[in-house]
Amino acid sequence: MPRRDDIETILLIGSGPIVIGQASEFDYSGTQACRVLRAEGYRLVLANSNPATIMTDPDFADRTYVEPLDVDAVSAIIDRERPDALLATLGGQTALNLAMELSEGGVLDRYGVELIGANAEAIATAEDRDRFKQAMQGIGLTVPASGIARTLDEARQVIEEVGLPAIVRPAYIMGGKGAGIATTAPEFVRMAAVGLAASPISEILIEKSVAGWKEYELEVMRDGHDNCVVVCSIENLDPMGVHTGDSITVAPAQTLSDVEYQAMRDAAFACIRRVGVETGGSNVQFALDPATGEMVVIEMNPRVSRSSALASKATGFPIAKIAARLAVGYTLDEITNDITTKTPASFEPTIDYVVTKVPRWAFEKFPGYPDLLGTQMQSVGEAMAIGRTFPESLQKALRSLEHGRHGLNCDPGEEAMAGLSDSELLARAGTGSPDRPFHLEALLRRGISVERVHQATAVDPWFLDQICRIVEERSHLAATGAAGMDRWAWRRAKRLGFSDAQLAWLWGRPEAEVRTARLEAEVTPTYKTVDTCGAEFEAHTPYHYSTWEDEDEVAPSRRPKVVILGSGPNRIGQGIEFDYCCVHASFALGDAGFETVMVNCNPETVSTDYDTSDRLYFEPLTTEDVLSVLDAEAASGDLVGVVVSLGGQTPLKLAGEIPPELVLGTSPDAIDLAEDRERWSGLCARLDIPQPPGGVASSLDGALAVVGRIGYPALVRPSYVLGGRAMSIVYDDDGLAAAMAELATFGAPGGARAGSLGREGGLSAERPVLIDRFLEDAVEVDVDAVRDATGEVLIGAVMEHVEEAGVHSGDSACAIPPPTLAARVVATIEGHTRAIADALDVRGLLNVQYAVAQGEVYVIEANPRASRTVPFVAKATGVALAKVAARVMVGASLADLRSEGLLMAPRTAGHVAVKEAVLPFNRFPEADSLLGPEMRSTGEVMGIDRTFGLAFAKSQIAAGDRLPERGAVFFSLADRDKANGVIAARRFAALGFDLVATAGTAAHLEAAGVSVSTVLDKVGEHDAEVTAVELLAAGKVALVVNTPRGHGPRADGAYIRSAAAAHRVPCLTTVAAALAAAEGVGDWAAHPFAVRSLQEWVGTATPPP
Amino acid sequence: MTRPRPGRLVLADGEVFEGEAFGADTIASGEVVFNTVLTGYQEVITDPSYAGQIVAFTATHIGNYGVTALDGESARPQCRAVVVRDLARRPSNWRAEGDLDDLLRAAGVPGVSGVDTRRLTRHLRRRGAIAGAAGPADEATLLDAARAEPATEGIDLVAGVTCAAPYTTGTGPRRVVAYDYGVKATMLRHLGRLATVEVVPASTPAGEVLARRPDGVFLSNGPGDPAAVTGARDTIASLLGRVPVFGICLGHQLLAAALGGTTYKLDFGHHGGNHPVKRVATDAVEITSQNHSYAVAEGSVEGADVTHVNLNDGVIEGLSCRDVPAFSVQYHPEAGPGPHDARYLFAEFEALMERGA
Ligand SMILES: Nc1ncnc2c1ncn2[C@@H]1O[C@H](COP(=O)(O)OP(=O)(O)O)[C@@H](O)[C@H]1O
Ligand SMILES: Nc1ncnc2c1ncn2[C@@H]1O[C@H](COP(=O)(O)OP(=O)(O)O)[C@@H](O)[C@H]1O
Ligand SMILES: [Mg+2]
Ligand SMILES: [Mg+2]
Repeated sequence: MPRRDDIETILLIGSGPIVIGQASEFDYSGTQACRVLRAEGYRLVLANSNPATIMTDPDFADRTYVEPLDVDAVSAIIDRERPDALLATLGGQTALNLAMELSEGGVLDRYGVELIGANAEAIATAEDRDRFKQAMQGIGLTVPASGIARTLDEARQVIEEVGLPAIVRPAYIMGGKGAGIATTAPEFVRMAAVGLAASPISEILIEKSVAGWKEYELEVMRDGHDNCVVVCSIENLDPMGVHTGDSITVAPAQTLSDVEYQAMRDAAFACIRRVGVETGGSNVQFALDPATGEMVVIEMNPRVSRSSALASKATGFPIAKIAARLAVGYTLDEITNDITTKTPASFEPTIDYVVTKVPRWAFEKFPGYPDLLGTQMQSVGEAMAIGRTFPESLQKALRSLEHGRHGLNCDPGEEAMAGLSDSELLARAGTGSPDRPFHLEALLRRGISVERVHQATAVDPWFLDQICRIVEERSHLAATGAAGMDRWAWRRAKRLGFSDAQLAWLWGRPEAEVRTARLEAEVTPTYKTVDTCGAEFEAHTPYHYSTWEDEDEVAPSRRPKVVILGSGPNRIGQGIEFDYCCVHASFALGDAGFETVMVNCNPETVSTDYDTSDRLYFEPLTTEDVLSVLDAEAASGDLVGVVVSLGGQTPLKLAGEIPPELVLGTSPDAIDLAEDRERWSGLCARLDIPQPPGGVASSLDGALAVVGRIGYPALVRPSYVLGGRAMSIVYDDDGLAAAMAELATFGAPGGARAGSLGREGGLSAERPVLIDRFLEDAVEVDVDAVRDATGEVLIGAVMEHVEEAGVHSGDSACAIPPPTLAARVVATIEGHTRAIADALDVRGLLNVQYAVAQGEVYVIEANPRASRTVPFVAKATGVALAKVAARVMVGASLADLRSEGLLMAPRTAGHVAVKEAVLPFNRFPEADSLLGPEMRSTGEVMGIDRTFGLAFAKSQIAAGDRLPERGAVFFSLADRDKANGVIAARRFAALGFDLVATAGTAAHLEAAGVSVSTVLDKVGEHDAEVTAVELLAAGKVALVVNTPRGHGPRADGAYIRSAAAAHRVPCLTTVAAALAAAEGVGDWAAHPFAVRSLQEWVGTATPPP
Repeated sequence: MTRPRPGRLVLADGEVFEGEAFGADTIASGEVVFNTVLTGYQEVITDPSYAGQIVAFTATHIGNYGVTALDGESARPQCRAVVVRDLARRPSNWRAEGDLDDLLRAAGVPGVSGVDTRRLTRHLRRRGAIAGAAGPADEATLLDAARAEPATEGIDLVAGVTCAAPYTTGTGPRRVVAYDYGVKATMLRHLGRLATVEVVPASTPAGEVLARRPDGVFLSNGPGDPAAVTGARDTIASLLGRVPVFGICLGHQLLAAALGGTTYKLDFGHHGGNHPVKRVATDAVEITSQNHSYAVAEGSVEGADVTHVNLNDGVIEGLSCRDVPAFSVQYHPEAGPGPHDARYLFAEFEALMERGA
């Protein structure tokens, strides 16, 4: 069937903010879809609230709506754009659920919009766990015994039949939120309650647990002609019981015989046909009893998923791209395979290597949270590695994680396990945790048999035996010693994935020395190609991975080339924003005639799409792996240089390791000048730009001395880290001592979880602790600028934060243009920024953060690199900062780019854009939702409208907290906030809200003439807690404003915040946010709701390609 | 850690692939082909169609789930040698009865592991199938063996794998006589559901077959050059029109030959489980299991329609006679190993027998 001509306009819904369980993989799939659908000549309308995405770049759609992903906004978009079709299967669970609401609400019918890809019926059949199970049984497939419950009583009945252990899972939930395995009756009741609350339709599935069985996934595609193919089979190293998203997964499946695999394939096809996904990709999950081979179906996702992104990167088969084509009528055999260019997409990829994905978690950001894995996904990112063998790819994947590990142990990190007894280790390895692979290796190294480890962990013996090979090789290497290594020995070690860093540790030599010895033995990696076909056909896309074989496949290049280092696995503090910058650099440099070479190891991203750059190296971002790529590229053509400043801290850390002449843009020395406290302070002094008074210390005494000089409160933190890791505000000597103690273990790799910071990379360890005077009640400001070689400085935007300084820039809302800053202050800030840019001789991007206290402008830090806000600035002003910076780094001047049309003047008139952070507290219910200098948000959304209030209100809806229109606002304020609190309270009262407050706050409000309808006893007293919480539980509060006490433990009042979270009542923890909210509520009531596309607000950022 | 026996694969053109020896402690020569299946190494190794060949697997880890009598396509390994990137030391699967190393050793088949099989595959792709020798021996010895190995053209490899005497298998209602050119167990299992299958040696004359009054005659898969299978062409020609005929793989090529068609050798053949085939009648795509080095020449066959085409390279994958009840496919609908997409063809054979000659 050819392309459908009966549809013209297609609405594509993205997946919104990055949250745990739904990350940048949907930017990858959505971006692919955008490209394809426009190439097919359709008019494309895109809705996505996430400004950090590449798909929301105005170049990728005819109309780009950065609006909240809810029924109101999308209905308004449909009303304006009148699409013929809605494609929701590429925007994750968010898009799927939204499509269902639009369909059930009759919106789609009313406007005659057709759901393409999967229709409502199919979505419901797959997503409603009960319906799904019945459907599967209907076609003779087995599913775990189960029952549905909508109340606790029903749950109690169901468990009678199903029996324990049982798994509780809410309907219509992605990422396993609110799911868990209960082994005891009370445990069951608790989980059932949580699950019912978590499900939007308060319905849970109670299911017989098959924890310990082998877990598999098949990525399946189906076209309109009912042709089905399996793109990839994935086997989990962690058995059933650990969410796939939190499991180490391996492709292709390793321990299935053909008989079993074909049965699973047949089942997957039967499943997609029964569910009725007409076209596109789906993923079907299976569990297999290792003892009998009994196979049960766990679930199917009728859409492109995280696993499909992984499968695409693992095979070179672009699932989303093809799904988009299938959705508009093509059949698989009508689509050609990009890689071979002569064979059709109607085939099944075969791969001649092993792919391993390892998740990355952020438990260290949620102190007191056990780092245990279960059926609920908790990871925030992942790294993928390709090797010819499993041991090789596993070790590569582990060093790709950037948790300070050099591979599967054989590094300083393994010392953390030294103290554990065999039985303790066995016990720990028994439950999933981030450390499980390291525990497994340690156990086997201690001589514990594969059988016993298998007994304790249910990890398949094949995987364990493969780990044994690493163990045996290690002892062999230890015995051989650096001196005894011949070519054969080097090659064997490398083929099992050992990194130079591991060998350096094993032999007690510097890594550089090991590298030299290896190169002298003429042992260098060979680069193979990911080609979908095991080399049966010639590959035309240079998508490479390193391994240690005979033949290298890197082809000579014709054009001068630039290597771009990506940002590695997503983590809190470093996510999709940096991938956006790397991808834009690749596009811009490609357009300028360079051959672009991307190096990254994050399978979720657009940067690791083989379509994005001319060459892709799917490699860990470590010194060894990056230097090897540079050698290979230098050997195969004219290597102009390496971009290290767009991928966040990851490539920046490597800047010092790369030959300086290759580093493009700002010099490594200038980078160090900005990072090194001493040098930086000197610079600020010279430019006389005020800094918060402070100093550096490496001991408690030193710290006390500094504080003696600057006074409390003080801000304590390590240098050279991103996202405010381990940063804390201290109010007295005790607090300071505690903070210094925490930082003492800093860099002790893999050490105590307090010190697990070290996982961010050893570097920081050698850096002293920074101590600053903490500026209270200061307005924080972010500036993104670009400077070229001629010295011209372009101020991209000045962003005013909503929350005061002290709340990490990544966690606070911010607005363009600055809503309250005086013109004089903005001018000062711009002036300082230019001065700093010149002083650092910046070539490319510069991000400077300021704090404005009592009209005085202090500089907090300057980063001569891409910042988290670059994409937001681009969406809000139309200035393609990342593209411009990339061109500047290779010599273009801003003037050139202006005349070229790549750079246009910022468009800020007539609208306000607000960026709001999205925090993962729903995944960590017990964690305090209080914001602080340590960043904890996973993603962001943008609201854009005529006034600040409207834009802010939109940003809140997009972030999941619709501001109330009426009801009661509950105030409980710190003393220092009470003055400003009155203003906020008065505004809410004027808007017709009831006021509720704790005694102290109430007294203050009343005194200021603001009447409080309900007064609660003083916070802290036990009975008071009951009242406050009860009030929230009773749904009597529409909004909570609770600011932490300025002194003493900031956790004070935490119970109010957790109660608010539990009952889904929006909770603001700063008065600044409350004032913004009042303004939002006011404007919201005063204006009709309207949506508008970026093209209309700011035009397209760059001339269409 | 004991350093394993060094072993290597040497091609007739002098290319050398270093590795470690496993399986039997001997060397073997044959035509080197690569197979791209991800699962099913045991089925491949025990498939008589690989007689005379050295099989290299493109998938890295081979032997992971062990071996079991249930998965053998014949009683023993049939290829001359096996080349892999990585041999599993410890199989893990509830069905496993033993491991690949032992299976090969017992059958006297040598193997080489640790080989850059991707380099080998790329070489074969460019250079075409070529003779080689593998095992625990020095380069020179293996090179001589490789050079001494005759090309498969014109050699009747079927004689070496066909059964010595007729035997019967299957419990189905009908009667089928199956020519054993090196028949796979899975094929007989499928036929056995339709019929009582009388398996006869490749050289069995048509008269003898017809004397058994079959409802249908089946032409099996088999190794090597169809043109070299003595007598098959005429035998099949004299069966056509008198009894429904179904051919698979070599059987398909022989049917084509009987219809006056000619066959030719592909550069490196089709050996894998992921080949897309279009069913001309419906435009439906089947993912198929394939294993052949020869193919039927386009337009050389009179009186038959092309029913299936390979979407990768247009090779004829299926034929159906216009005036006599006979059809055939080049690929393997029985799978073993591979996808089950084309199993309907056995039902079609049943339907054909239903209608009779
Ligand atoms: N019956 C079960 N017994 C044990 N573990 C299970 C069972 N069902 C699911 N799980 C585990 O829970 C995880 C999440 O379940 P899944 O159905 O995939 O939900 P999600 O929609 O979150 O992916 C699975 O990856 C698996 O490890
Ligand atoms: N002297 C200070 N006074 C008040 N707040 C500060 C001060 N220094 C830093 N902060 C707060 O801490 C946050 C993180 O500090 P920053 O230097 O930006 O670390 P990072 O490099 O992680 O962004 C800032 O966003 C700001 O809110
Ligand atoms: Mg799942
Ligand atoms: Mg900062």
